[in-house]
Amino acid sequence: MNLRPMPRESDETTDILVIGGGHAGLCAAITARQLGARVTLLEAGDRHMRGGNSRHTRNLRAMHPEPTATLTGVYDRAEYWEDILRVTAGNTTEKLTRMVIDQSYGLMDWLTAQGVRFQPSLRGTLSLDRTNAFFLGGGCALINALYRQAEQDDIKVRYKAEVVHIEFDKRRFSAAIDSNGRRYKADAAILACGGFQSNTEWMVEAWGEAARNFLIRGTPLNRGFVLKDLMSQGIATMGDPTQCHAVAIDARAPRFDGGIVSRLDSVPFGIVVNQQGERFYDEGEDFWPKRYAIWGRLVADQPGQIAYSIVDQKVTSAFMPSVFPPLTAPTLQELAAQLDMDAAQLVDTIERFNAATEAQDHYDATTLDGVCTSGLTPDKTNWALPLDEPPFHAYPLRPGITFTYLGLVVDEDARVQYTGGEPVSNLFAAGEIMAGNILGQGYCAGTGMTIGGVFGRIAGQHALSEVSR
Amino acid sequence: MQQIPIIEVRDEARRAFEVCNACRYCEGFCAVFQEMTEHRAFNDETLDHLANLCHNCTACFHACQYKPPHEFNIDVPGTLAELRPLTWQAYAWPRRFSELLQVRGTEVALALAGIFALVMVGCFALIDRAALTGIHTGPGAFYQVIGHGTIVLLAGSASIWSIAACIVAATRYQRALGPHAMTQWSDVVRDIFYLKHLGGGHDEGCNEGDDAFTNLRRVFHHFTMWGFLLCFAATSVATVYELILDWQSPFPYTSLPVVLGTVGGVGLLIGPVGLLYLNYKRDALRGMDTAFIVLLFLISLTGFALMMARASSAMGTLLAIHFSLVLAFFVTLPYTKFVHAIYRTLALVRFHRNKG
Repeated sequence: MNLRPMPRESDETTDILVIGGGHAGLCAAITARQLGARVTLLEAGDRHMRGGNSRHTRNLRAMHPEPTATLTGVYDRAEYWEDILRVTAGNTTEKLTRMVIDQSYGLMDWLTAQGVRFQPSLRGTLSLDRTNAFFLGGGCALINALYRQAEQDDIKVRYKAEVVHIEFDKRRFSAAIDSNGRRYKADAAILACGGFQSNTEWMVEAWGEAARNFLIRGTPLNRGFVLKDLMSQGIATMGDPTQCHAVAIDARAPRFDGGIVSRLDSVPFGIVVNQQGERFYDEGEDFWPKRYAIWGRLVADQPGQIAYSIVDQKVTSAFMPSVFPPLTAPTLQELAAQLDMDAAQLVDTIERFNAATEAQDHYDATTLDGVCTSGLTPDKTNWALPLDEPPFHAYPLRPGITFTYLGLVVDEDARVQYTGGEPVSNLFAAGEIMAGNILGQGYCAGTGMTIGGVFGRIAGQHALSEVSR
Repeated sequence: MQQIPIIEVRDEARRAFEVCNACRYCEGFCAVFQEMTEHRAFNDETLDHLANLCHNCTACFHACQYKPPHEFNIDVPGTLAELRPLTWQAYAWPRRFSELLQVRGTEVALALAGIFALVMVGCFALIDRAALTGIHTGPGAFYQVIGHGTIVLLAGSASIWSIAACIVAATRYQRALGPHAMTQWSDVVRDIFYLKHLGGGHDEGCNEGDDAFTNLRRVFHHFTMWGFLLCFAATSVATVYELILDWQSPFPYTSLPVVLGTVGGVGLLIGPVGLLYLNYKRDALRGMDTAFIVLLFLISLTGFALMMARASSAMGTLLAIHFSLVLAFFVTLPYTKFVHAIYRTLALVRFHRNKG
């Protein structure tokens, strides 16, 4: 964190420096380059890891006043704004959010012109065919297309260039220093290097020791070195470091980079218990796509940051297949032994749960069916079937962190500022590192990529005005 | 060269699809991933079906966030390319022949052609040197080198052999995979003749070693496929001329068999060279694939040489070589890459079943 190495190699000079080679950084770099600036893009990863969290994405949320080639129906600015307002509970900067919404429509065409291909919505979990444009082949395919465009446009891409320090001169950006001590000088810089969720020390600072049990769903390279460095130099931030997009994922996923496949969809179809064998939240509160993002925090609050989704045989084909097979046993006692759990407690929890279930003839997994328990703390309010058909299956759950919310305050030109409000005239930000301006809390599928694309392009355009050449 | 047992390759394919089925980002690329979502578990037959549906465009590999060096180490097209010939081997008849060709496909096929040619040229040298090196023209010229009866017997038995072996294999495959619902045939025809699944889902083509898309493979495959079909048509027409109409080859340059054969032959010079180059670039030269396209190329090349030199003393030798290559092609056909046409068609027919 406190690396301040002296320059070893000769400095590299360019017009516009883009720090971070994910979706936002690439959109910024390509925009600035196509307007005529010389651009160098610094990517912390190698060729395989390039693209940061964008590698794991699959769609962006786009306003459209009429159906498009891949989007059904109409999704107008009013409805988009309502959706943002609802998920953030008003914790958003209206002016910036409206810019994102307005420019999300043109973003699809612009990305298509850069070689990105879209497809109609995937069959499967979330029904987003009206609101979200899916990248053909997912985020990695999008990233590949944008890097091909960058190469074609003669943008200088530097891999394994992880920036650790920003230098200022007369309160303006002057250079960035990477972890090898190399200095990159430019007339303007665009920061697009994501959040800090992969920085375990910082997460522990914010969350305490529990953070060591968190799994990071995306790149291990979002360590927030630039963010912390800028905070120490008086740059304004928003949000607090404990805010993050935390979902409940399979505990057996890798510590980093497990991505989409570590997702588990079994929770609403059974019960969830902690290591003590006790339930702690209503598993049937709402549809899983609307609830999975609160379960990360719920599991984080349990002892050892672990919980188990337990289902019986009859519901196993009701949810998407999981990568890791469940732990399975013919009796609850044997299942408890596999989970290293007090068998008597688990059996008691499930017996009480089963006894509290009511009539199930209206059971319907596709609606909020109201099939519930009564008299439990907490009750399960939908899809409450008794667990009575062996074998029993358990999926271990841990918090899976997608990204952190703490970010840089920006204005409508994507410019960052000092804590007093004075703008840094030649320093801009785009993507996850400033997404908190739009999403102060909560999340709405696909908005992260929209913010990155729209603010990447805005930053690229405005950085150009700072080029002296 | 040691083959990996099919059970291990199937296990690896199963592992890969269990990851893929929880991701599904590749669903827009091709039939493989759409078929995958129809299944929750992957038995051996389903994996064989998926392997034969895969056209190896490799778009999914380059788009995969779990490709090596990621610890999940997913390479769907690579794994299926390993599994595919093993499925052909598993259903082939007789299986022993197939095993031999899998391992040393090109060598076996070429050696076979060489042996045929040596035997023929050798026989002539011992028995009737004049027939081999003499100048023969006009209808029936070829039969003054190799007797009509001999050609019919050899070519006929090689064709019957290969057709029989292919039918047995196709039947075994269909039986193993079980019956399926009615098929939307127009979709099957479109997929095959448009080579839809070499289009990468966006019709811009496959990846050849990097993440850029190119339709080169599709173009070269069209040259090869149409070249083969035209040459097959030329041979069929010639057979009708000879056996039914009793017109004897060589036919005039403007005759239907020669025109069809010439156009098709050009395709078989361009297509196989292009495919060999692309496979080399991908570092994916496999015995059976190579045997098939090398033989196609050599048959076309010697066919042109024979046509051009048919009035010279080299005709006899060229005819013996060309005919030997054709014989080797048909004898090995049920075990070379040729069978992908059968298995992929069956896979597409199964894929386009009415899914209700």
